[in-house]
Amino acid sequence: MSTVNPSAAYQKKALPGAASSFGWVALILGVILAGAGYAMDPLRSQFVSIILFMFVAGVAICPLFMVAIEYLAGVVWSTPIRRVFELMSYLVWFLPIFALPVLFNMGTIYEWTYLQNDPILMRKAPYLNQTFFIVRFFVIWIVWVIFQQLFVRRSLKQDETKDQGLTAKNIKMSALFIPVFGLSITALSIDFMMSLEPHWFSTIFGVNFFIGSLVAALGVATIATILLNESGYLGKGIVSDHYYNFGSGMFAGCIFWTYTAFSQGMLIWYANLPEETPWFLHRWQNGWSTITYFLLFVHFIVPLFGLIQRKNKRNVPRMLFMSVWIIFAHMVDLYWIVMPTYGHNPNALSHGPTIGITELGAVAIAAGAITLVFTMSAKNKNLIPVGDPKLQRGLNFRL
Amino acid sequence: MSSSMDNSMNPKLYALTGLFDTPDEIMHAAETASRKYRKYDVHTPYPVHGMDDAMGLGESPIGWVTILIGTTCMLLMLAFIAWVSLVDYPSVWAGKPYFNLPGYIPILFEVLVLTGAVSTVIIMFTIACGLPNNSHPLHDTPYMQRTSDDKFGLCLEAEDEAFDETSARELLTALGAQKIEPVYFDAKEASSGLSLLNPWFLGFGGAAATGMSVFIYLTFNYMVFEAPFNWMSVQPKLSEQSPSAIFADGRSMQKPVEGTISRGYIPEPFEKDPEAMAKYVVNPLPVTQDVLALGKEKFESRCSACHGNYANGDSRLPADAYPPGPTLHSPKVANWKDGHIYHVITYGQNVMPAYAKQLTKDERWAVIHYIRALQRSQNPKETDLK
Repeated sequence: MSTVNPSAAYQKKALPGAASSFGWVALILGVILAGAGYAMDPLRSQFVSIILFMFVAGVAICPLFMVAIEYLAGVVWSTPIRRVFELMSYLVWFLPIFALPVLFNMGTIYEWTYLQNDPILMRKAPYLNQTFFIVRFFVIWIVWVIFQQLFVRRSLKQDETKDQGLTAKNIKMSALFIPVFGLSITALSIDFMMSLEPHWFSTIFGVNFFIGSLVAALGVATIATILLNESGYLGKGIVSDHYYNFGSGMFAGCIFWTYTAFSQGMLIWYANLPEETPWFLHRWQNGWSTITYFLLFVHFIVPLFGLIQRKNKRNVPRMLFMSVWIIFAHMVDLYWIVMPTYGHNPNALSHGPTIGITELGAVAIAAGAITLVFTMSAKNKNLIPVGDPKLQRGLNFRL
Repeated sequence: MSSSMDNSMNPKLYALTGLFDTPDEIMHAAETASRKYRKYDVHTPYPVHGMDDAMGLGESPIGWVTILIGTTCMLLMLAFIAWVSLVDYPSVWAGKPYFNLPGYIPILFEVLVLTGAVSTVIIMFTIACGLPNNSHPLHDTPYMQRTSDDKFGLCLEAEDEAFDETSARELLTALGAQKIEPVYFDAKEASSGLSLLNPWFLGFGGAAATGMSVFIYLTFNYMVFEAPFNWMSVQPKLSEQSPSAIFADGRSMQKPVEGTISRGYIPEPFEKDPEAMAKYVVNPLPVTQDVLALGKEKFESRCSACHGNYANGDSRLPADAYPPGPTLHSPKVANWKDGHIYHVITYGQNVMPAYAKQLTKDERWAVIHYIRALQRSQNPKETDLK
């Protein structure tokens, strides 16, 4: 066993300026593209803003879930990488900016805001109305921000004080956070995406969104960890065995995503009930079946064969490729959930699956925002939790 | 089988073992041993991370066994399902196609997991414990007792080309092993006296399997229908003819509530009154390709025997036994309303019996549309020639 002292090997270094420059360039480019897209097709841009918001929300909150799981289960391998998750979770602060385009355009995006005399929607109105929708979003956001601050502040304080009691406090709070997280992310996915077709419902929808987001967040964390570690910002302790665990997490997540997505589809297909099938019909007609098959390919087939082998999970270029691929797969998933509703809208310019510059703009905005928030929040902070009692065991982790 | 007992019989040496106190020591010992030996093993009370690298082990091929056997069995299952649902007993379930792949995926997935897992365990036992032998020289040795408790053990096997007892002992001593002990093959085991292929053992296994099969067969075919296991067939529910204390008249079957009808029942108060039916009832079906095809099929199977294939009244039946039906192209029938024809089909007329049992309501209306088409084909008007 290695007996290198991690605090000796690790030295605090400022992130290179290139990282934040990349963030700014991507963000500005994305805003320009999205603005041009808005000028061409405002309705399409409003739907794309849901994809962007849900992607960013998932990548913002799922790292906090990883942190909570680490505290609760006493995981050691991810302790050296916990700070990466914590820095990613600063994105939670900026969620309202991403939600505003959706909240301002609710009246054109969501048909439950304008359909009159629909008996089903009248019964759902006590929950599904604009005021309560906005209230729910801000309540969820405030709760997430509070948890984010509590978790990360204690962790940062531990860097200075080495106080083990802070770990104990975070363990207790994790037990509280997990159910709150489950309920809030389900509510968020129901509000923003399932209510796009308000007659339809699926009880596994929230789980499906959660696991898709978690894999995407793991993908972002893998890229961040590999880039930081390979250029020496994380000391010398993190090795390919840690990457292997990221790969296992993404592999398991993709399989679980397939499980939830398939069971949702198969049960509805088998039962063939008139209130459930239209949602899938909209994702099957007008050429959408191509995207459905493509989603199966990107979110299941490629991760299955790409990540099943141990040597792929310990190989830096392959892990970088698979991380980018899985982030892409999550975007395709969100596109597949949101955009057929746009195609079904009578005012839509195209009813089939098409890609416009708005989507490209959204991808650039997401990449820019995630990078910028990460680099800005990393300023003057240790990139590994140097005060954590589990750190040495985490660095010693080998398969 | 303690090793000291077998010493007197001059047994074959299996390995030289040594015990260590800490994971760090065993890690170091494994690294050192891996430089000299190929056939050696490390036993620890819990998984020690990093041991694979320390021992210089490559990637285990066991994953290939899992995926190959699992996939093979999954494909065999798929072939079996395809044979059952396409060849042996094709039947429609829930309106899905005969070969209903999405519905089979859960089954295929379970088969993959089950066969993959079970075959992996069996193969691992075969490799690690040398099935069909049911024992291993290390079984029940003090070495194994300590390494499954709180010690870490290194076991240098005599089979290795570089092995000789003196140098192995020197190596273990140099590494700081506490208890260095030789382990011998069990003489009885070596002659496969207790092998799994022992006829008595196999006979016992076969008898147990047969007995269990018979027991299960009898249980599910006979026992569950005998008291007190027949709860499912004797239920405290009301059946049609049984008495009931719930209702005032003591019967379990009750008449419908006053003023209600059962689902799907449409009353027709025109049995004695064809004129009223002609006046009030109209054909509910649209004239479509499907309806006409249904009408043609039903007309040819039910009506044409007496009325003729084109409703010309040319019966195919012997006239002395069955009076031929009249032509349906007569002005009388042509001028009847659909409701009148429907009354005749439903309740019969003169020698024609009622066809209400043979034809459903929709089929009767479809037949009427077909008769109208036949009438039009025999008496075309100017407007039809377009």
